[in-house]
Amino acid sequence: MDEACGGVEGIRLPKHFHEVKGLMLKRWKERMTPTDIVMWFIGGAILLLIAWGSTATLTEGRYTSHHWFDFIIFGLAQGSIYALIAMGYTMVYGTLRMINFAHSEVFMSGPYTAYFVAAAFYSSGFLDRQPMISLILIFVVSMATSTLIAVLLERIAYRPLRSAPRLVPLITAIGASFFLQYTFRGLYGSGFQAYPVIKILEGEWTFGEFRILKFQAVVIVAAALLMAALYLFVQRTRIGKAIRAVSEDKETSSLMGINIDRMIVTTFVIGGMAAGAAGVLYAVMFKQVHFFMGFIPGIKAFTAAVLGGIGNIPGAMLGGIFLGLVESVGPSLFLDGLGIVAPYQLKDAIAFIMLVLVLIFRPTGILGERLAVKKA
Amino acid sequence: MKRLWIFLIATLEVIGLMVLTASMVSAQQAKPAFKVEDPMGVVKIKPGESIHIAAWMVVAGPDASLGTDTKRGVEIAIEDKGGKVLGFPIKLSVQDTGCNAEGGQAAATKLAADPTIIAAIGSSCSSEARPGAPILWKAKIATVSPSATSPDLTDPTKRGREYEGFLRTAHNDKVQGAVAAEFAWIQLKVKRAATIHDGSIYAEKLQAIFSETFKKLGGTITSQEAVAPTDTDMRPVLTKIATGKPEFIYYPVFIAAGGHITRQVKEVKGLEKVALMGADGIFSPDFYKAAGETAVGMYHSSPDFSAFGEGYKTFLQKHQKKYGEKPIAPFHAHAYDAAMMIFVAIEKVGQKAPDGTLYIGRKALKDALYATKNLKSLTGNLTCDPNGDCADPRIAIYKTSVENIKSLVLPDKPFWKPYAVAAPGVKTPAEKSPVKK
Repeated sequence: MDEACGGVEGIRLPKHFHEVKGLMLKRWKERMTPTDIVMWFIGGAILLLIAWGSTATLTEGRYTSHHWFDFIIFGLAQGSIYALIAMGYTMVYGTLRMINFAHSEVFMSGPYTAYFVAAAFYSSGFLDRQPMISLILIFVVSMATSTLIAVLLERIAYRPLRSAPRLVPLITAIGASFFLQYTFRGLYGSGFQAYPVIKILEGEWTFGEFRILKFQAVVIVAAALLMAALYLFVQRTRIGKAIRAVSEDKETSSLMGINIDRMIVTTFVIGGMAAGAAGVLYAVMFKQVHFFMGFIPGIKAFTAAVLGGIGNIPGAMLGGIFLGLVESVGPSLFLDGLGIVAPYQLKDAIAFIMLVLVLIFRPTGILGERLAVKKA
Repeated sequence: MKRLWIFLIATLEVIGLMVLTASMVSAQQAKPAFKVEDPMGVVKIKPGESIHIAAWMVVAGPDASLGTDTKRGVEIAIEDKGGKVLGFPIKLSVQDTGCNAEGGQAAATKLAADPTIIAAIGSSCSSEARPGAPILWKAKIATVSPSATSPDLTDPTKRGREYEGFLRTAHNDKVQGAVAAEFAWIQLKVKRAATIHDGSIYAEKLQAIFSETFKKLGGTITSQEAVAPTDTDMRPVLTKIATGKPEFIYYPVFIAAGGHITRQVKEVKGLEKVALMGADGIFSPDFYKAAGETAVGMYHSSPDFSAFGEGYKTFLQKHQKKYGEKPIAPFHAHAYDAAMMIFVAIEKVGQKAPDGTLYIGRKALKDALYATKNLKSLTGNLTCDPNGDCADPRIAIYKTSVENIKSLVLPDKPFWKPYAVAAPGVKTPAEKSPVKK
């Protein structure tokens, strides 16, 4: 709306408030299309359904406060993993304006490779004797592998195509994703591997009526710390500033003496590290790794990035956590009261309906800024 | 002028060739007065060619153990036949099916395009058979499944003509679901149970039969939940189940989801003491790997190995010798039987021409399969009913011990069987009522 008040060219400055209001209304009416009305109608219907379902569930009183607390913790743990993966999507989009669909394989490669380290530690008894050191080593191996894959991906699959039309790297990304999936299938087999149990992370802490599983607390805290570190890196350091400059305008930043290639590689390195760390957290939480494990979390993280406003780092974090929470709380809260059987089967449907809902009312995502013409 | 000549010569040559071939063909036909006719087509196998049998099973991915196990059963059956039927070598080709509808469809489409395939063994999972079996039958390839157990596949009200080519040596889940419910009610004496399925026709039907039987016995089903086979975070759905305070959870799903559920159950408040039970789909060392120590004390409903026929012992010895391990899923013997059933049917309908060519009518083969009666086999006496159920189903309950998890081996001895209480030869209600006629 700010254009209306900000004196857009050719419109005289309004003198009275009524005039401003009238002008805004007129503008708004002009911009409205029948599609918008239909979309708002759909959005309103979904919201109404959600409100109705939630009140029905809450009045039914099937769940106590500790159930809700558990749902929220489960959702936060899952959501922080989505958020970490979403960082990679959003940062690459920010600098290159492309969706790195192979990022889900960057995520998979780390924990799958680190599994073999973990299994070796476990069978030698080192894991039980020195759990902290083992865990750190597992993290290092996973993050290093994911970073390596991300950098190779950029160097081999994306850099040669940087000046190509926008669809070309997108298709390459999908191809690279398949290539990596089946390379890892060839390397490590088509079956799954089960991560050894890390004893110090088992068990739970209780706070009065509420309790939290140890590894969930660890996952949430670790993800929060990592995200804070990455955010500070991008916001406060010189390299971070350079990355932001590249994402604003490549030509100008190269005129300012920024090495664009290096900055783009740096974004891939950061995204790869976040994905590798997310992978270990995922393995700690779910204990199964296989070559196809990246697909679903990858899709979800991409959704989270769009939900939060793609290209925006805090947006990706927020989107990931929002998605995790909706998946965990949503089926019980929205659908249980409506009398729908087996609501958790519709978990993914709910997550994507939320995406649609957000995009109806905020087409750029929760924190997404309106892109300048040049960027979009 | 020259052009005209060339044209003329070419035409003459073509005509001459045609006449020549025609006379040759008629000469060939005239020689043997031998003809095999079949309304669905005849497969001709010349001397030196082989009898082509296809296996469509899940041999890759998280559920690979299910299909690999049955593939080994078929391989041992071929070995026991000396690699030959009616003097023709047997050729086995295997397609992976992925234990999902898409994989089953893709594999069946590929097999259907190969006219040399005489019969198929598969699929592993019921959700593969549902789209796959009609595709194969369109190409008139009959298929015998060793492990697709969903009742829908042989239910006359749900099975159209397109499933005519589908038979199975596996039990019908009408039996398995009922046995599981009886076990929970009679042996464990639980009053409240919950179920989880993954949306596949196998899991959904199995838990439905369990619930139905359990309610009939007097129990309460607190909730019937569903997850997706690819879901990893089961804690929310388990928290929902916990609000119903069940004493028992039955989740006849597959390995990936089953592993996640088993690991996460104990982490959910209110479910720490709940008894867990899975079905034949997760009765595998791979499941033990996925679930780890959390699977100790868990129950599985599965075919009763101790009720298998005489030959099973020697089968196990051969298996150990050939693959260096014990069977890795419950359906190896059913696969052996499926292969044997096909070989017996081929022997029945195969006709050898004087020149040594083997003719097999496709409809005749299908009819021969359906006519299987009292075939002595590893899993019992096979008799096919008109809907394709051939099994002699004996289901038992197994309990997982610490040793099973440590050495990743399935338990040998059943923990409980529904027919142990009855005198030999007398059928218990469990076997009588829900079983096919």
